[in-house]
Amino acid sequence: MSESSVNSQRGRKLADFFSLGGATGPLIGLILLCAFLTFATDSFFSVRNFLNILDQVTVIGIIAVGMTFVILLGGIDLSVGSVLALAMMVLGYLNVEAGLPMGVAIPAAIGAAAVAGLISGLLITEFKVPPFIATLAMMSIARGLASMITNGSQIIGFPAWFNMGAIIRYGGVLTMTVAVMFVVFAVALLFQRYREGGRALYAVGGNPEVARLAGINVNRVTVLVYTACAALSGLAGVLLAARLDAVQPTIGIAYELDAIAAVVIGGTSLSGGTGGIGGTIIGVLIIGVLRNGLNLLSVSPFLQAVIIGLVIVMAVAAETFKQRKA
Amino acid sequence: MTKTDTSPILTLKNIYKSFGPIEVLHGVDLEMRPGEVVALLGENGAGKSTLSNIISGTILPSSGEMTWQGAPYAPATPREAIDAGVGMIHQELLLLPHLSIAENVFVGRYPMKHGRVDRREMERRAQSGLQRLGLEVSPRRVVQGLSTASQQLIEIAKALTLNAKLLILDEPTAALGGEETKLLFEQIERLKTEGVGIIYISHRLEEIKQIADRIVVMRDGEKVQEFDTADIPVRTIVEAMVGRSMDQMFPPLASPSDDITLEVRNLGSALGHFHGVNFNVRRGEIFGIGGLVGAGRTELVRAIAGADPIAEGTVLLNGEDITPRSPRAAIDNGIVLVPEDRKQQGIILSHSIAENIAYSNFESVGKAGWITASRVRNFANENIGKFGVKGRGRQNASEMSGGNQQKVVIAKWLARNPRVVLLDEPTRGIDVGARSSIYEIIHGLAVEGVAVIVVSSDLEEVLGVSNRILVMAAGRQTGILDHSEANDVSVMELATA
Repeated sequence: MSESSVNSQRGRKLADFFSLGGATGPLIGLILLCAFLTFATDSFFSVRNFLNILDQVTVIGIIAVGMTFVILLGGIDLSVGSVLALAMMVLGYLNVEAGLPMGVAIPAAIGAAAVAGLISGLLITEFKVPPFIATLAMMSIARGLASMITNGSQIIGFPAWFNMGAIIRYGGVLTMTVAVMFVVFAVALLFQRYREGGRALYAVGGNPEVARLAGINVNRVTVLVYTACAALSGLAGVLLAARLDAVQPTIGIAYELDAIAAVVIGGTSLSGGTGGIGGTIIGVLIIGVLRNGLNLLSVSPFLQAVIIGLVIVMAVAAETFKQRKA
Repeated sequence: MTKTDTSPILTLKNIYKSFGPIEVLHGVDLEMRPGEVVALLGENGAGKSTLSNIISGTILPSSGEMTWQGAPYAPATPREAIDAGVGMIHQELLLLPHLSIAENVFVGRYPMKHGRVDRREMERRAQSGLQRLGLEVSPRRVVQGLSTASQQLIEIAKALTLNAKLLILDEPTAALGGEETKLLFEQIERLKTEGVGIIYISHRLEEIKQIADRIVVMRDGEKVQEFDTADIPVRTIVEAMVGRSMDQMFPPLASPSDDITLEVRNLGSALGHFHGVNFNVRRGEIFGIGGLVGAGRTELVRAIAGADPIAEGTVLLNGEDITPRSPRAAIDNGIVLVPEDRKQQGIILSHSIAENIAYSNFESVGKAGWITASRVRNFANENIGKFGVKGRGRQNASEMSGGNQQKVVIAKWLARNPRVVLLDEPTRGIDVGARSSIYEIIHGLAVEGVAVIVVSSDLEEVLGVSNRILVMAAGRQTGILDHSEANDVSVMELATA
């Protein structure tokens, strides 16, 4: 092989590694948004503010990772907010009320969430319930169970170190919770891009019958994805509990909509088969930066909601426009 | 030739069409007289569809003149064309799945009475239209769940009730079996006596000979030849279409060994599509399966590939019982299926060729489940090169022609070195050039010792490639014919038995 073709091969590989899988549009949007806020406000462009934003997007960021997998598959999960609340209440009950150590309570909380996802997945694959309906039902069930644990009241009294994990910036930079989010992002990116299972998600989302005939176990993939999405919501719940230092069953309402918004802004198509985690991370950051910037500009929360709605429409319209041109 | 005395209903003069900088029609002339069937032939991309879309008002020509019944004609929308009396049946089925058959037939032009839709009249007329085509279903039934053939017949019934003076039929028999095709031809004959002109587009040259009065051959956007009779040897037509002489459409017959690779014993479908099927396929044999649409052929090969559930019987590979319960199980045993419906079952159109090939070859592409984009790409480029696919791995499947898509579907399986390859309607909707190269690939497989099964509604194709032919009728196996005793009559006898 000639030297130039080795070089071009290496260049191609490098390009693959940094490829955003069609998320360049959202990335440009994010950069423009940051540039605008840098000039429009005094306090936006600082390390401290960026770290703040990361803290603020931790929970939605982790939920959005799971949601990306579900949407890539052509599905939807409306139950993430309720499942998050369920995991938090299980955590609070086991640790504070039952006095079990965190080493038991955290896995149990994530496990409870995973079971909820497993049930949704089985409803979808074995009983052919449409994902929208199955997870709508789970949204109600998980919320109800979360409230039943304490009959609706909140639980406080976590060990002090638990809350510190969300406050102390280790090495002056990262809180434990943000570090966990980064780990989730990295693992999800690697899985989606380099693992057989991750590539199979695209096949199933693109056309489940083609995937099945190609020898992919579509039902198993589906159940695993809903389980993973719920487990990630559970993990997000644990981190939120650390941040709030308390748990209550009404937490996490409408989180599913924020997560879906982040995924859609990041360029993942609701019909499945295209998009990915890279775009979702950018989508999460766009929402985080936008909220932060609008706060710094003292925009009223009502107007903020309107602006975020407009951003979702613009992101999807830009994507559709790009596809029609191509 | 007998109608030269009547004046033309439609004339096209010097029609040009460009899409952006690319000119796809270069000055086409055409004349249609009442009561004649003109076969419009050509490979995919020859300009047949563009021309029919211009006549039916779907697109506008860039320049040129048309006259309709002596007056200038320039339809800007399909509605204008329909109102003038030009109807078109598209190759893709454009039915509304949740509406009833009658509603589909009359959509947009419901029969009215006292300002309300006259359902009884609508259903009566739909029913009579369906009966003429031999379709015995209630017009009140919703379209969803009907077979492709039935849907095609509804589409045809829809066009027949238009009272058009010119009908364009684009591949009307692509999904039809012999019996349904016969009924369609009877209707075409009836329309002819009523003075309706018909432009008939098809890849099935045998049926052209039966139905057409004249043949117009297009190639690369130009009319290259006109025959005033359809009584032309197939080879002459094909040579005009591809622009070179074809020594043979089909490669020589495969020469199988005596070892039996695949054996099917008393196989029955759990969904009731077929039962009691027994046959074997030898190493290096091409085994055809013929019969009418709905005879259970597709379901049979799907069951062998593990895609549909099996209720009874066994599938043996080299004497070992491997009756598959899932596609995975069949694939792991080296049994692969190139399915009937390429776009719904064979390939993901919105994904790249490389990804499509990788989906069925994860073990070879990745090491311990780790996959990189460059390995996916290299693997794809190696394999598409082997099978003469025109294109690169990074291209989207939707950008390729039907023939190339089909080659990709075949390539993704052949990369696994399978022992049994099941091909269901491998050349449906594919032009002549790509077709013969698919026959070459099939023949090459047999030479390498693969057991090949080819399901086809195209009699010429089954007869041309198969060492032996299994014929099915209504879910039963009605006979196995050796190549020496098989001809269109003996196959059709068994298919209607």
